Amino acid sequence: MHSLFLKEINAFFGSLLGYLVLALFLVALGLIVWVFPESSVLEYGFADLEALFTYTPYVFTFLVPALSMRAIADERKTGTWELLRTSPLSLVQIILAKYLALLCLVLVALLPTLLYFYSIIQLGDPIGNLDQAGFFGSWIGLIMIGAVFAAVGLFASALTSQQVVAFVLGVFLCFILYFGFSALGDMQLGNISYWASDLSLSFHYINLSRGVIDSADLFFLFGMIWLFLGGAVLVLRNK
Amino acid sequence: MSLEVSKLTKLYGNQKALDEVSFSATPGRILGFLGPNGAGKSTAMKIITGFLSAESGDVKVMGKDALNSPKEVSRLIGYLPEHNPLYLDMYVREFLEFSGGLYGMSGQLLKSRTKEMLNRTGLEPEQHKKIGQLSKGYRQRVGLARALIHDPQVIILDEPTTGLDPNQLVEIRNLIQEVAKDKTLILSTHIMQEVEAICHDVVIINKGKILASDSLSNLKSNSDETILILETEEELELEWFANLDKIDFGAKGERELLVSTTDPASARKVIMQVIHERSLNLISLNQSKKNLELIFREITNA
Repeated sequence: MHSLFLKEINAFFGSLLGYLVLALFLVALGLIVWVFPESSVLEYGFADLEALFTYTPYVFTFLVPALSMRAIADERKTGTWELLRTSPLSLVQIILAKYLALLCLVLVALLPTLLYFYSIIQLGDPIGNLDQAGFFGSWIGLIMIGAVFAAVGLFASALTSQQVVAFVLGVFLCFILYFGFSALGDMQLGNISYWASDLSLSFHYINLSRGVIDSADLFFLFGMIWLFLGGAVLVLRNK
Repeated sequence: MSLEVSKLTKLYGNQKALDEVSFSATPGRILGFLGPNGAGKSTAMKIITGFLSAESGDVKVMGKDALNSPKEVSRLIGYLPEHNPLYLDMYVREFLEFSGGLYGMSGQLLKSRTKEMLNRTGLEPEQHKKIGQLSKGYRQRVGLARALIHDPQVIILDEPTTGLDPNQLVEIRNLIQEVAKDKTLILSTHIMQEVEAICHDVVIINKGKILASDSLSNLKSNSDETILILETEEELELEWFANLDKIDFGAKGERELLVSTTDPASARKVIMQVIHERSLNLISLNQSKKNLELIFREITNA
């Protein structure tokens, strides 16, 4: 299984697309957090990274499906899927190897934002004046959002053999999960709104960003990952 | 028997892609899986390798049940799928090591096996190239090397020679023959000459049914019939030759007539008589022993 995992990572860093996606992600975040006057920490004047944690899920909605779109769609299109499926790896192992590789890439994308953490500590007055629990809660929240989106993206990639279709589907599903349900929650539709907001990723993400890591939120997020990976296995089993 | 397929049936919707297909293969003998396009060759191979499931039937590879424990059996099988799918942006050596890794090989063993495969398939000079840069013949070698990297006992090649130029064709055939010496090897093809060139046993399949399964020499000598091939300027009609019983039009349509007979001398007389009576414009009249192509045509049209 590890050789497939390594192959996925290599394929990403062996292609221009990989670096392009990572670079765009970091440039976009850098601009949002430090430059754009609407959201810039420097203009805002408070030593926190609200901007980073509010806008990263928006960027993730596009970034993660872009990373995951090839994962299965491309293998099916070129026929190399047949090589994998006739190897001793089981379908679950194949999906898992691909998922873990994606997760690593999401982590790699997020790691440089720890520099922001250091910068904000230095910018605080007095130095070090920062809600650290809040920061790390949000940061773990971001990783979880990335992890859920990766599972969603993989699922979308399993549905079709066209990369572009997988990308559009992935973006759409991520959008619905993160923004759609919470918007439904805001619509004042009684019980439906209550359930919808409970189902939305942003609801659980905001819970985590308070710095309280609640088992219910983690359970929900891991449940989503399990659901979409399981869905991918189910879809591919009969193909 | 290292590969035994019995009563394999596969449905696509209501259509029977395979209908109670049975055959077996032995080590050291190349089995040619012969049939027109869409006959069910690839389907049968995909089922043996575990890529597709079957409705009913049994596949045993080295005595192990391939349909119920495909992962265990996959280590015993080396498979080259149709169209030879490869990761075009991987390097040759990288790809082989990756493939070996999928089969659980690592460290020194993987390195030495990769080296051996590069050597045997003549890929050593190309090992640091990307697969996408290689010609079709070399890609075919990469596909073969991949199929063999884990030293499988049963090798299944789905149309390994399509799209190659005549030189590449000979090279790949030689490679296949060399590989098959102590292994069980099945290859599918729709090219008759290929079967005659390298196969020992032949299975003919059409529309999902096995029509013949025998050694090549048996298949050829079983019929003591001779074939007469008549070609004329005019279009022929079958009823002109009512005195001959086994007649059919050839590949060139109604200007070519195939006559199978055990008594070629009298058949020739009949033909000459018809030509004379109808004052036909003769192009050629040839006589030959039955070759596989004619046997195949006879069987699949019956």
